[in-house]
Amino acid sequence: MRFVRTAWLVVRKDLVIEARSREIVYTTLFFAVACVLVFAFGFVNEGRPVTDAAPGILWIAIAFSGTLALGRAFERERQSETLRALMMAPVDRPALYVGKLAGILLLLAVVEAIVVPLVALLFHAALFDRPWLLLALLAAGTTGFAAVGTLFAAMLVRARSRDVLLPVLLYPITIPVIIAGVRGTAALLQADVDVPMARAWLSMLVLFDVVFVTLALWTFEPLMTE
Amino acid sequence: MGLDFRTLSLTDVTRTFGRRRALYKVSLQVNAGELVVVIGPNGAGKSTLLAIVATLLAPTSGTVRYDDHTSAAAGAALRARIGLLGHDLYLYPELSPAENLRFFADLHGLDRVEDRVAGALERAGLSDRRNDPVAGFSRGMRQRLALERALLHDPRLVLLDEPFTGLDDAASHALRHRLSTLRDAGCLVLVITHDLDTVDGLADRALMLHKGRLLEIQGGAASLRERYRDALGRAAQPAGQA
Repeated sequence: MRFVRTAWLVVRKDLVIEARSREIVYTTLFFAVACVLVFAFGFVNEGRPVTDAAPGILWIAIAFSGTLALGRAFERERQSETLRALMMAPVDRPALYVGKLAGILLLLAVVEAIVVPLVALLFHAALFDRPWLLLALLAAGTTGFAAVGTLFAAMLVRARSRDVLLPVLLYPITIPVIIAGVRGTAALLQADVDVPMARAWLSMLVLFDVVFVTLALWTFEPLMTE
Repeated sequence: MGLDFRTLSLTDVTRTFGRRRALYKVSLQVNAGELVVVIGPNGAGKSTLLAIVATLLAPTSGTVRYDDHTSAAAGAALRARIGLLGHDLYLYPELSPAENLRFFADLHGLDRVEDRVAGALERAGLSDRRNDPVAGFSRGMRQRLALERALLHDPRLVLLDEPFTGLDDAASHALRHRLSTLRDAGCLVLVITHDLDTVDGLADRALMLHKGRLLEIQGGAASLRERYRDALGRAAQPAGQA
């Protein structure tokens, strides 16, 4: 119960700060929309998009904007070294990780709520034919990506080259998540929607989530105190 | 309430960062009701020492004990009894003083949160600015607030890194009085500072960190600044000439 309360305190604090500054949500949203528009200029010719481009573009926009959000969320904890104050609190330190992860997931949910309809519109993608399956794929994929990203962003918070190191470390490890997200979404966009295939990729994403979140919870405290 | 302890002991604590040695075989004991000041040149390892004592950094070798407890074994219960004021102030600039204090009080699982927050704001002289964002505060105001944040949970071990930074004369005097009160209440107080004149006469013991080694500054009639310069001169001499 104390674990959940600690995580909630961190999420609430992050949301209050974000509600006042709106820094992360605006920059991340702007970046994600710009990313989709740039791809639209490249892959949509005379109103006809390149076949099967939409899933890849959607997940690239999520990954890139997610990286930006992760960096900014922890930059905020670095400015006054508040991460140290969090680490000094007499709480389960993994609860701090869960709180930061939940805050980033909420921010990315806002970004996805704008980006998904935009991709559907610009690339003529029938993303909303199976809305619950799409929602599950997005939720599982974003969780896997953010789970690893939150751990790395916390670890790199005092590194001088953190802006460069975060994507360099994050993308190779989250490639399975991105591939599963792209393949699962592509299965939903086929002429004959391949629901079993989408579910198979969703299962794989859930497996990644379990592995990544478990590893992150296990390693967060030792990595942060060394 | 976390576990209680009355002695902090460091034995042969060494900490390296890659090939750089920040601390070398540092041994130190601080008892309840004692105020110890650590001084030294920039880069001497003072902040590393504080981070290790605060359980934020593990020593490369050596042991840190709080009575018979170690940070690894005692964990959260030990952290509940440590108050840390860093050189960076550990405050969220977008939040108000009341929100900052309330957040950390909740995180520490304290009771009577609103009473504690009101008391802390009163002591910091910020009651009338309780709802303004911290971002608009002067360094001195933030410093006073950060001190109250560090002491909000009545810690046994008080660790302060440059606590006099940005304080005006009245606030500096109030902090000296506060430190004396904490010591008299049985706290272990470890202060890192360059402000030698301010802590002169306040500290029970003064120690000097020089190139990662901890040296005792001898007591005497001379001012702390003079004794520090003397100790620094002896530490800087090549071996055999001292």
